[in-house]
Amino acid sequence: MIKTLSRCIREYKLPSLLAPVFVSLEVVMEVVIPFLMGKLLDNGINANGGEGDMAYIVKIGAVLAALCVLSLLFGVLAGKYASKASSGFSKNLRHDMFHNLQSFSFSNIDRFSVSSLVTRMTTDVTNLQNAYQMIIRIAVRSPMMLIFSVVMAFRVSAKLSLIFVCIIPFLGAGLLFVIKHAHPIFERVFKTYDKLNRVVSENLHAVRVVKSFVREDKERDKFNTVSDKIYSDFVSAERWVALNSPLMQFSAYAAMLLISWFGARMIVGSGATELTTGDLFTMFSYSMQILMTLMMLSMIFVMLTMSRASGERVCEVLNEKSDLSNVENPVMNVKDGSIEFENVGFSYANDKNKLCLSDVNLKINSGETVGIIGSTGSSKTTFVQLIARLYDITTGTLKVGGVDVKDYDLETLRNEVAMVLQKNVLFSGTIKENLRWGNKDATDEELVEACRLSQADEFIRSFPDGYDTYIEQGGTNVSGGQKQRICIARSLLKKPKILVLDDSTSAVDTKTDALIRKAFEKYIPETTKIIIAQRISSIEHADKIIVLDGGKIEAVGTHEELLDHDKIYSEVYYSQVKGGKDNG
Amino acid sequence: MAEARPVRPPRGPGGMMARGMPKKKVKKGTMKRLISYITKGNKLKLFAVIVCISFSTAANIASSLFIQTLIDDYIEPMIKAANPDWGGLLGAIIKMAALFLSGIAATYIQTLIMVNVSQGVLRTIRDDMFSHMQTLPIKYFDTHTHGDIMSHYTNDTDTLRQMISQTIPQTVSSAITVVSVFVTMCIKSLYLTAFVVASVALMFFITGKVAGKSGKYFVKQQRSLGDVNGYVEEMVTGQKVIKVFCHEEETKKEFDEKNEELFENAYKANKYANLLGPINNNLGHLQYVLLAVIGGLLAVGGIGGLTMGAVAAFLQLSRSFVNPINQLSQQINAVVMALAGAERIFELMDEKSEDDDGYVTLVNAKIENGNIIETKEHTGHWAWKHPHGDGTITYTELKGDVVLDDVDFSYDGEKTVLHNVSLYAQPGQKVAFVGATGAGKTTITNLINRFYDIADGKIRYDGINVNKIKKSDLRRSLGIVLQDTNLFTGTVMENIRYGNLDATDEQVYNASRLANADDFIRRLPEGYNTLLTGNGANLSQGQRQLISIARAAVADPPVMILDEATSSIDTRTEALVQRGMDALMKGRTVFVIAHRLSTVQNSDAIMVLEHGRIIERGNHDKLIEEKGKYYQLYTGAFELE
Repeated sequence: MIKTLSRCIREYKLPSLLAPVFVSLEVVMEVVIPFLMGKLLDNGINANGGEGDMAYIVKIGAVLAALCVLSLLFGVLAGKYASKASSGFSKNLRHDMFHNLQSFSFSNIDRFSVSSLVTRMTTDVTNLQNAYQMIIRIAVRSPMMLIFSVVMAFRVSAKLSLIFVCIIPFLGAGLLFVIKHAHPIFERVFKTYDKLNRVVSENLHAVRVVKSFVREDKERDKFNTVSDKIYSDFVSAERWVALNSPLMQFSAYAAMLLISWFGARMIVGSGATELTTGDLFTMFSYSMQILMTLMMLSMIFVMLTMSRASGERVCEVLNEKSDLSNVENPVMNVKDGSIEFENVGFSYANDKNKLCLSDVNLKINSGETVGIIGSTGSSKTTFVQLIARLYDITTGTLKVGGVDVKDYDLETLRNEVAMVLQKNVLFSGTIKENLRWGNKDATDEELVEACRLSQADEFIRSFPDGYDTYIEQGGTNVSGGQKQRICIARSLLKKPKILVLDDSTSAVDTKTDALIRKAFEKYIPETTKIIIAQRISSIEHADKIIVLDGGKIEAVGTHEELLDHDKIYSEVYYSQVKGGKDNG
Repeated sequence: MAEARPVRPPRGPGGMMARGMPKKKVKKGTMKRLISYITKGNKLKLFAVIVCISFSTAANIASSLFIQTLIDDYIEPMIKAANPDWGGLLGAIIKMAALFLSGIAATYIQTLIMVNVSQGVLRTIRDDMFSHMQTLPIKYFDTHTHGDIMSHYTNDTDTLRQMISQTIPQTVSSAITVVSVFVTMCIKSLYLTAFVVASVALMFFITGKVAGKSGKYFVKQQRSLGDVNGYVEEMVTGQKVIKVFCHEEETKKEFDEKNEELFENAYKANKYANLLGPINNNLGHLQYVLLAVIGGLLAVGGIGGLTMGAVAAFLQLSRSFVNPINQLSQQINAVVMALAGAERIFELMDEKSEDDDGYVTLVNAKIENGNIIETKEHTGHWAWKHPHGDGTITYTELKGDVVLDDVDFSYDGEKTVLHNVSLYAQPGQKVAFVGATGAGKTTITNLINRFYDIADGKIRYDGINVNKIKKSDLRRSLGIVLQDTNLFTGTVMENIRYGNLDATDEQVYNASRLANADDFIRRLPEGYNTLLTGNGANLSQGQRQLISIARAAVADPPVMILDEATSSIDTRTEALVQRGMDALMKGRTVFVIAHRLSTVQNSDAIMVLEHGRIIERGNHDKLIEEKGKYYQLYTGAFELE
């Protein structure tokens, strides 16, 4: 995990190194300044039996002032570089996550939910940013302070310092004990947090259901249960952590009293030769410093273990490898719009025993119009997504333009195989901007042309701002049918050799639907058109109609053939005719 | 469903999870309110905390004084003594040990209490927030993004934790130390105290400046974070479209720009925040040096009766004075964060609840000799209990008679989306709404169950103005099945029982059978005990819809609203679902909204809506005969979207 994360430091290596350097210098200053302050007290103010040495005071005072300025400078620089390094690190984390995300295949995307990706890229990264800043500042500072203080303490009196040798392991063991007990509870707390999120999220999504069934109280109970669980988990975890300060205080006070007792014995026993009262003072301040830094270290340790969960979540995204990749020397040109399925089988789990599409054998000629029909869950969408290699097939071969889809450059293939997805999305921006996703160099005339084909031109012009109308996120300010037609126009702008419409006219009325199909026949006859639909009327004039059932091709044929021979097809047909003319 | 939310959430910074701070300044009174939350019900505990902190602070101060005593009273005399008496020192050390132990115990107790207090306050805030959220009108949910609301419960609540558990005890202990040291300092030398106070004031001033700067960038950082959030959310939602259009590079580029801006703001915010420590530390040091020089000069000049010894003691004191103040200034960031979070929390809590002036309630009833008598037990009959101003109570049988009389409605108070809508549905009738998206179909049903309130006109339910009916009772009498099925995490059984919490297992089975769902449920791996997660992700769309129909069936309401309940299902599955629906609709007043005309053909009345007006009404045959809009729709001559 650390290896993966540290790869994101990159151009912020220098600040990441400078920060600890300046922190170290700051620590040196912090050790030197109190030392000189002691001197100022001993040799300046208390000099000459309490008379004071003004010249010495001014001299050391000037040195101290200079050191303070230096220390301030080091501190400011350390803070600056630490914040630069940590915000840079988090920037790179987000950058890498987002860029890796863009390389994800459809099956990669399916593995992460939208909200979890958003949380990973913000909350989790922020946690790591804070942890990183802590590492390069405090995690450098505390051990250094510890070493300095121990060394200084030994220099003053090695014998008395043996007290630390006893107390530090005691304190360390105590802190470890606390962490060991608290950590699993903290981990549990995070899982309960997920539950809390789930309850709130379900409540928000289903707010109409909750209100219509008047289940506010039940939801409240549900929430309170989770909320209580968080409370009790946190309390029991923090009860362990609460031992930290008494433990630290116990060690500090014990050290102090032991030093007092043994220090006094040494001073008195040796007649103040082995140890002076001034030394005793110094020992006290070092003992405080040593224990404080240990305390800091334990806090860092607790916080780092808490951010470990975030690190793992971020790494999951960073380490997710796209399972689709270009072959060497990919084919950069798609010859025509012919498609050939040979014994194709597919499984989302890539498991030959769990195929959700199997034994597909089919040849589609360039320029043909193909209709696909089948009930929910019959793998219609899966079937067409294979053509643009949005997923890799599990068994068999799939050729487009006579070449195996795996041999194409992915971008080339997808530019020639235009998919209008079932769950389609418009992005916030003007209609023009959305259309130019299809071809960013398209002229205004080309945009209008594509919209005419998809029967979108007329309603777009009826908007006050026409093609410059701003589309809200998700396209919520246009109707379902309008959205679908803009999406079709967007795909047409790619001038693809194969056009796939995955239930893309379901919200468009039958008449407009027919107009779109007519326009296709007239203006893009060369393009292979694959149309998934629920309405028979959308596909009955196709050259070929494929009936899918339970992941298998049930029948292929023209409308008339299927009506005569295929039970499912005729059943669907008659259910729609019987129910009156089906209307969008 | 789109027409249910014509009110767009105000687009602004802070998509989901954005931690807020929409304005630069935190609202006044937020701090006060937060503190009252902390003290509410915790007064005794907080008092105990203060006592404990006083104890441990006293132990701490005693420890810093002990060294002097040790040297002056014990070591110095003992060095001079020929035969030192160790008993006295031992006694003093034991006395100190006792004091320290009680200090340690006080610290432990104080921390334990604070853990309870802080987590308790967080829990209360969460629960209050959720409780209040349940009372908010649908409009609130329609105009706020889910991610943003959710972030109140996690991010915003979390900002409070550090402040409650650390800042408060720190403030108390620092205050005690500062006050006691201050008093001692004043006794030793007023001049020097004045100097220390002046320099501390300077430190405060600089801290305030720097914290202000850092706060400014902190706000900016939260905004950029919101921006990045929003972008990631939108792009990830449309990730498959990005792939299909090979739009990855452009997306990356745009992301990088936003990411860079976030970096700049985060960098600056942290840079200024990191300044606080070194500045205060070194100002403390500088102050010490200057104090030594000034004190020395005063002592040499004999001004103010100072001796060098007194200066030395004073120097020690000044450090004890500055240190706690430094520690406090480190807490400033925690406070700023907490205030930002608290403000958002209180904003949600201050959202206005749904009005409910209704006083007509729904009660169990039995009919004896044509009289309606209220009963406690469930009889299968219901009645509206209508108390009148003169103290009399009348009962009206619940039948499901709905009348809309000349209703106007507007979501935002400006654009009227329903004009002069009048319609009636007699008990047992099926009324259908047909029309384009935005014509007002869903809006009408939103008015019947009072998700929204009408601007003008009247809606009567069994002859009672719906405004007089208690909202919860009104809604209990109305069943609803929506296009978007919303199932909860839990078993199938629990999900169906959601419609009627008192339903027996047998009633659940019956409802499922009615909805045509029993068969497939029994074929699930665990039958009715199959656990559903992620809105029933392990079921097909049709199956989910069947469960939601069963859920409505078990509630057994006299009036049903079916809003595009079958639109996202293919025609073959629909036939299956339709059978369930037909069984459910029998004997009830039903409002149906559907895209497919086949679904609504057999309705008693079909209302064709256009731009918020009913333009045609009648049954199928009548409307076909009229050769109007419905006829055009039916024959496919007109576009419906």
